[in-house]
Amino acid sequence: MTVARFWRETPRRYNLGGNRCSACSTVYFPPRAVCPTCQTHRQSLGKMEPFTLSGDGEVYSFSVVHEGAEGFEMQVPYVLALIKTPEGPLLTGQVVDITPADVHIGMRVHAAFRKLREDGRAGVIHYGYKFAPSRESGASEPTASPASQEALARAAARTART
Amino acid sequence: MTEEKVGIVSYGAYVPRYRITPQEIGQVWGTDGAAMGKGLNVVRKSVPSPDEDTITISTEALRIALTRGKINPRDIGALYVGSESHPYAVKPTATVVAQAVGATPYLTAADFEFACKAGTAAIQTCMGMVASKMITYGVAIGADTSQGAPGDALEYSASAGGAALVIGRENLIAEINATESFTTDTPDFWRREGQRYPSHGGRFTGEPAYFRHVGECGRRMMERAQTSPQNYQHVVFHQPNGKFPQRIGKSMGFSDQQMKYGLVTPWVGNTYSGAALLGLANVLDHAKAGDRVLVVGYGSGAGSDAFDLTVTDRIEGFDRQHGPPVQEFLDGGVPLSYAMYAKFRGKIHLGGS
Repeated sequence: MTVARFWRETPRRYNLGGNRCSACSTVYFPPRAVCPTCQTHRQSLGKMEPFTLSGDGEVYSFSVVHEGAEGFEMQVPYVLALIKTPEGPLLTGQVVDITPADVHIGMRVHAAFRKLREDGRAGVIHYGYKFAPSRESGASEPTASPASQEALARAAARTART
Repeated sequence: MTEEKVGIVSYGAYVPRYRITPQEIGQVWGTDGAAMGKGLNVVRKSVPSPDEDTITISTEALRIALTRGKINPRDIGALYVGSESHPYAVKPTATVVAQAVGATPYLTAADFEFACKAGTAAIQTCMGMVASKMITYGVAIGADTSQGAPGDALEYSASAGGAALVIGRENLIAEINATESFTTDTPDFWRREGQRYPSHGGRFTGEPAYFRHVGECGRRMMERAQTSPQNYQHVVFHQPNGKFPQRIGKSMGFSDQQMKYGLVTPWVGNTYSGAALLGLANVLDHAKAGDRVLVVGYGSGAGSDAFDLTVTDRIEGFDRQHGPPVQEFLDGGVPLSYAMYAKFRGKIHLGGS
């Protein structure tokens, strides 16, 4: 991706900047020039106003990716999901900070700011939104290493804070 | 003393969710990891995900701070990120963070670097700009994802995390009564241009470096504020490990109780530029109105910045519930094996890359 192309998408990728039709209040992400919901598109001309999504949402559907796209090899298996936002739009995004087996439809998530990819070792680093489990979702991740888990538990017990 | 009243309007902290223990690291390098952890007083350290860096950590911490303080990002006049692991050698971390929180374009922004004290240096800069009414709010962030070379003593403690402070004149949850600094040319720890991992002077990092600077700066701060250790409910020292701050605290006359909340490194490791600010964030999570707090940061190379703070009545109604409290980062975390840690930290290179 060229530097300019990604830069143009920065408001969307960094801040979930969409827009809303002031005629019918439908929210769009990414933003649209006209509102396809209004009976005649002409009604919405000049009435599309900027609107920032809250970042809240829930998993509408998801897929576990085992053959990672270029630049994502180190993250497999990872979860790519459709996120239903309370404002309306359905977003596609990676769900992070959770073991894929723990992801479920309806799970509450919130937008997190993460590194999306790097243009090689010398190129630009692209940032944007991914989704992480909401604190109230209670999602937890099992250990990657039983030995490490035991060591952690032992160490924690030794120095338990009161 | 500063003439205009300035202080902390809001704060937020962020620590990545993965952890590794000294035991796990030690078993790879054939050393007694448990003994190493005990010696350093480090139970575990945080590890960033492959998609996390100083920019993402700074952004997450600041977003929490802005929501807690109900601050309009457009009112931020200056944003400084202190770190020794800025993702770019040339291109600011601060511009990405400013854009990601919606503070652009009418603000000044820059990256600070002074080993582990770049974040406290950013606080002082914001204090001056806020006090002189150049800006309404200044943001000072300390965040790092530093690494120790594989097998080096640093690898047992170097971790990732950070905190963001919003500095202003009104609606203060903690007033900064005064600040003090102590700076010399002391080469105890460094990383040359192009080098992947830092180098250090071993035991030289202790007495002439950390202990001299933190001790001198802290004592001078108390002289200037006309206080003694008994006047403080909380004290926060820079914490490259869990042992140094305990030792300096004891030598200055502070009790374990005063250091209880300000000491976070044993449970998340050394977050470098984030360390003192993370300790302060934990103190603010627990502080009551009227509490007095002493903060003494330290950065190799070398220098210390100290702050004398008084927590205001406003802390009681402040939205500390938004975003995870620091304690959640200290208690939680997902353990990693060394293999996963090496993969996450880019110590394993794929063929052809």
